[in-house]
Parts: sequence; C-alpha cells; structure tokens
Amino acid sequence: MPSVVSFPAAHEEALRHKHASPMALRVRHLAYQAGPTPILSGIDLDLTTDALTVLMGPNGAGKSVFLRLIHGLLQPTVGEITWDGQTLTKAIRKQQALVFQKPTLLRRSVRANLQFALGLRSLANRKERLEQALEEASLTDLASRPARVLSGGEQQRLALARALILEPKVLLLDEPTTNLDPASVLMIEQIVRRVRRQGVKVILVTHDQHQAKRLGEEVVFLHKGHVSEHTPATDFFSNPKSDAARAYLGGEILV
Amino acid sequence: MSFSKFLASTLFATSVGSAVSSAALAEDFIIVQSTTSTQNSGLLDAILPAFEEKTGIDVRVVAVGTGQALKNAANGDGDVLLVHAKPSEEKFVTDGYGVERFDVMYNDFVLVGPKSDPAGIRGMTDVTSALKKIAETGSVFASRGDDSGTHKKEKALWTLAEVDAAASSGGWYRETGSGMGATLNAASGMDAYALSDRATWLAFENKGNLDILTQGDDRLFNQYGVILVNPEKHANVKAEFGQTFIDWLTGEEGQKAIASFKVNGEQLFFPNAKSSAPN
Amino acid sequence: MQDFAQSFVLAGTLVLDADPALVQIVGLSLRVTATALLVSALIGLPLGAVLAIARFPGRGILVVLSNALMGLPPVVVGLCVYMMLSNAGPFGVLKLLYTPTAMIIAQSILITPIIIALTRQVIADLNEDYADTFRSMVVPVHTAIATLLWDARFSLMTVLLAGFGRAIAEVGAVMIVGGNINHVTRVMTTAIALETSKGELALALALGMVLLLIALAVNATASLLKSVEGRFAHA
Repeated sequence: MPSVVSFPAAHEEALRHKHASPMALRVRHLAYQAGPTPILSGIDLDLTTDALTVLMGPNGAGKSVFLRLIHGLLQPTVGEITWDGQTLTKAIRKQQALVFQKPTLLRRSVRANLQFALGLRSLANRKERLEQALEEASLTDLASRPARVLSGGEQQRLALARALILEPKVLLLDEPTTNLDPASVLMIEQIVRRVRRQGVKVILVTHDQHQAKRLGEEVVFLHKGHVSEHTPATDFFSNPKSDAARAYLGGEILV
Repeated sequence: MSFSKFLASTLFATSVGSAVSSAALAEDFIIVQSTTSTQNSGLLDAILPAFEEKTGIDVRVVAVGTGQALKNAANGDGDVLLVHAKPSEEKFVTDGYGVERFDVMYNDFVLVGPKSDPAGIRGMTDVTSALKKIAETGSVFASRGDDSGTHKKEKALWTLAEVDAAASSGGWYRETGSGMGATLNAASGMDAYALSDRATWLAFENKGNLDILTQGDDRLFNQYGVILVNPEKHANVKAEFGQTFIDWLTGEEGQKAIASFKVNGEQLFFPNAKSSAPN
Repeated sequence: MQDFAQSFVLAGTLVLDADPALVQIVGLSLRVTATALLVSALIGLPLGAVLAIARFPGRGILVVLSNALMGLPPVVVGLCVYMMLSNAGPFGVLKLLYTPTAMIIAQSILITPIIIALTRQVIADLNEDYADTFRSMVVPVHTAIATLLWDARFSLMTVLLAGFGRAIAEVGAVMIVGGNINHVTRVMTTAIALETSKGELALALALGMVLLLIALAVNATASLLKSVEGRFAHA
C-alpha cells in the first residue's frame, strides 16, 4: 500500500491541509523511446513548487510525451521520476490531474461527469463541491446537458472542472486552449490563475506565446527531445539563450 | 424510467414468470417417446385428452423418428415408447431397456408418387415389383434416410425387391435425412416417389402433385407397439403412470378411441391389442 | 403463390383472434428467450468487458474462442445439452430435459458467445477513447468496467438484440432439448417445424410471420427507448 510508505513529516502534514505543500518534480537521466525512434533523451529537470511552469517547444519536441511520463501514463525507457522524493505510484497520481488537449468526457450529463470523479475518492461535502465546481466553470446552467453536445470551450471547462474537483496538488495541462474561442480561453486562464494562487503546482504545455507570457512564471523549452532552456519566463521572452528558442519565438519553423 | 431499469425489470419479470410456471407444472405427467406419424396425423391430440381427463396424468409426447425415440428411451429420457419397428422394439426389450412390448394398432404403408407416374406403378399391388420398376426407370425416390421405422421398413422392402438403392444415393435415390412430413414435402417438390405411412399421408396437407400409386400389399403392414421403459434400468421412470397409460391404450377405451379417430372421414389406425394380455 | 396470400390472411386472423394456442406458444417463446438473454447478458456483458480491457495470459485465446463460438450450430448445442441433461447423462437427476429450463440452458449457451464477442468489440472501441482518462484519474478496474458498460449501453442494446434474434429464431437446439411437447415446450420455431412437417405450409408461414412481427416489435421498442433516453444522455 503506497499510503504506508513513510512520508516525510512535512508531506504527511501536507496531505491533511489541502494545497499546503504542492509537490515538486525531480527528473534524472530521462529517456523515452517509441520503437526505434528516440523521443526524449538525457533529461534532467527540477521543478519547484513556487512557479507556474510553461513547457514550450516546436512540434515533435516531446512535450506531450514528457507530460505523460511525469504523470505515469507512459513508462520511461530509462531514468527516474520522483515527486517529493516519491516514485510514481497510484497514490501519487491520485494527487495529480491531467487535462488533455482533446477532452474525453463520459457519455453522460455535465453533472454526471463531475459526480463520476467525486465517486472515485472519499471526500466530504460532495454536494457543495459539485455545485461550486459547476459555478467556477460557469457550467451551472448546462449541468443536465449531455457533456458531448457542449461546445469545445464548454467541454474543456468541464474537463478542467472535473480535474479540479478532486483538489489535486499538481495540475498538468496539455495545450488546453488550442482551437478554443477567446472567451473560453479567458475563462480557462482565469481558473488556472486561481488554482495557482491556491498553491497548486501547474505545468502547462502551450504553443501560444501570448498565453505563455500571460500565465508563465518559468519556461522549460524542449527541443529535439532535450531540455534546451529552463529560465524565468521574463528572461526567456526578453533574452532567449539558445538559437532554437530564439528561432521558435521568432516564428521560424523548427524541426 | 431508465433503459437499464426497464430492461432489468422486464427480464426479471419474465424469468420469474417462467420459474413460477414451471414450478406449477405438477409431477403427474409421463413422457412418451413416439414417432412423427402418431403426432403429425393428429391421433395423439385426438385420443390423449380422454386419458388425461380420466387419470389426471398429463401425457407429454416427444415426436421424433423411431430410431431417435428408441435411443432417447434407452437413455431413460421417457417413460413409455410408442413406435412402429417391431424387430427394433423386440431388441429394445431383449436388451433390458423395456419391460414388455404390446401390440397397439396397425395401419399400412403406401407408395406415393407423381400423378404422371414415370415408373408406371399405378394400381400395382406387389410392392417389390413396383420398387423394381422405379429403380429400373431411374425415377426419383425420396427416402427418409433417418433410421426411422418407416425408413427401416423401406430398406427391408428394397432388399426384398433385390435392389441396392443405397448404391444410387445422390442419383435417383434421394435420402432426405428428415421426418415423414419433410420427406413428403421434398417428394412433392421434386415429383418423387416415396414410402409413407397412410396416416401421415392422409393428414398431410401439401400433397401437391402426389397420389397413392401402390397399396394393399401384405408386406406394407405397419404394426405399432407400446413398451414401458424399464424402471430397473432408469429409476426415474414413472412405471406406475406409464403402465396406467399402456393399460388404457391397449384396453377397451383406448382401442375404441383409436378406432374412432378419422381424418376426412377415413380411419387411419386400426386397433389390434390382444386384450392387454402379454404376447 | 397461393400459400403466401393464404398465410397473410391466416397470420392476421391468428393475431387478431389472439388464438389461445398461439398466445401460449408466443408467451413461452418470449419467456424462454428473454430468460436466456438475461442469463447470457449477466455472463456475457461483464466477461466481454473484461476481455476488452484486461490484459492477462490466455486472453487472446479466449477472444478467438468467443469469436469462433458465435458460429455454434444450434443442433450441436442442443445435442450437447441433451447429453448432459439426459437421464443417462451427468445432470439427469435434475430432471430438466423436456422442460423450458432445458431450452433456456441451450439458448443461453448458444448466445453467450455472441454477447461476449460483440460486447468485447464495443467496449474495446469505447475504451480506446476512455483509457488514458481512466488511468490518469486512477479509476479502479471494476469502476472502469461498470462505466464502460453503462456508457456503451446503446451499442450494447444492439448486441443484446442480436442475441435475442439468434435465440428466438433458432429451432435445432430447442427441438432436441425441449421435445416440442404441446403446451409444455412448444415454441414458435418448433411449432413452425411441426406444421411444415404436416404439410400445413400456409399455417407454418403464418406462424413465421407472427415470429417476424414479434422480432419487429422487440426491435422497435428498443429503438424507441434508445431515442427517448438518447435525448438526455447521449450525443
């Protein structure tokens, strides 16, 4: 049982007080290969809890794969991933949430999608949580609609609400606002800012430089399966160090 | 109401319904393994209600070919055997599967065929000559081919006619491998000759172009016998009920009922039980 | 064909008069097949779902087996069940031969592989969509199975209808294990076979039309349910 593992005292404390201490990520010698093609290699990365991390990079740089690896949906070919010193177990994953670019919603009503998530954990005040989640995602009026007939933006808000209703310590977002209408993008960004304020560790994959500037506090730039830059966001946008990052920001197409 | 609830309740209701109704079926019944001729002709439907009324014993008839009936009865899947293949029936008793065989009734077989009669057997009374002519002209003949009583009879007649019909199987000799009715349907469909018991033939509604062409030969005699399945072989056999049925069938009442069963005014079966005395 | 015209008239008369013998036969057909369907669904739906999402040794063999068994000849099923339930067989003491229960057993055996194989396919398709989300949310296997079954319920209804259609239309198995006993085990298909063997082709065809009518009614009800509830939960 993962819960029997001797957590550091501070961490046990954190489990009791929600969002008190978000989890920090440590990645060592990480490589991932699908078939003969190496997708990520030689990645060392430490992410602290006190910054919203934006993961950027050209198409095929391995951003989505990286997100899946640190969430445990994929197993690394080599390397080590720990969160607060713990290897990835179901118990760790339960404290995380991943929102996919294309949300997978159950073929049920909006409310039933949230209820499904609530049913997975033993949490108190379910009713209040449910109503609050609907409210925060501006979905209260759509609560009894089938989730799959919602607009793209509404679906993504529901996916985000479903992720957040379990109060994760880590929120992983994989290009959550791609192809959404501006109003929905704004709404989603507001929600992300709020959970960040509440102390949730957010890692956001995005192609949208404006969004990265609006939300990002630090940037990890992936290029050809390597971390080529890891700097505060302001530095990254004002003075990118690598040629690849400069070219990327300048709008050149990289491979 | 949601779909699943509806489905569940419907299925539940029907399954409970079936459980209840099968529980309601009393133990007072016997299973009679019999042949298609007794059922298809309507004989059993006509005479059984009187017996059931009198004794309160429900008679459940499984109508199959004589071969299958004998096999089922040997497995103990029945209490009484009512068939028409005397040598096989006697063997059934000798082998210890049956208690004793009693004559019940007889009718006869008839040779039916297309009205055009390509073999030219109409009006003949010598069945072996008729069969020979069919073989010689290569006229299509539909055989049961299912090891039933009628099939056994037919094979015996071919042997008497000194014709190796099986050698022409697939040619003019067509083995349908099915019951009397299905075989008559086939014969009707392809204008073939066929051997049928008179009862099934008379009650058969799809005669089409077929007619009786040869009849009246002593060798076309068709004797029905009844046997109680041996309870010493199969403890589940309801010997008492079964014997009651046999006594009734071979007794005055049953014999009268058989004699009075008519289709289109014609008597199909002729009772000939020996006053319930053993053979 | 004169028989066809006659059959239509006869079928109409039988239905409109609610002929008591017909009502009994139809009732037994529905009861036997519905019960067999219930049994097969209880076994086949969860098993199909497990085969769809679980990975365990021997799974591939089970998948191939369930697919192959979809083509089980009813007569073979009937024969096997007969040999099991015969007084000379291992389960003779249960005295089930020539009862509706024996027919339910035979039909269940006949259609369970169909329910399993089709359910597996339906659930596997849906799971392709759900799998990552389930893993991310750490959904326990039993919850995942229940969720997939529920969310696929409209496709699964078609699966059940396929099983229903196969069961209610088959004659070989119920003929052997039921015995076509009047008022006890006579169902639509064995009645049709009997009337055919009597040469009563028009009546046989009329019964066939009634059977078709029943199948039509069942399918129409199902699709009605689908469209009604579909408005609430499905897209």
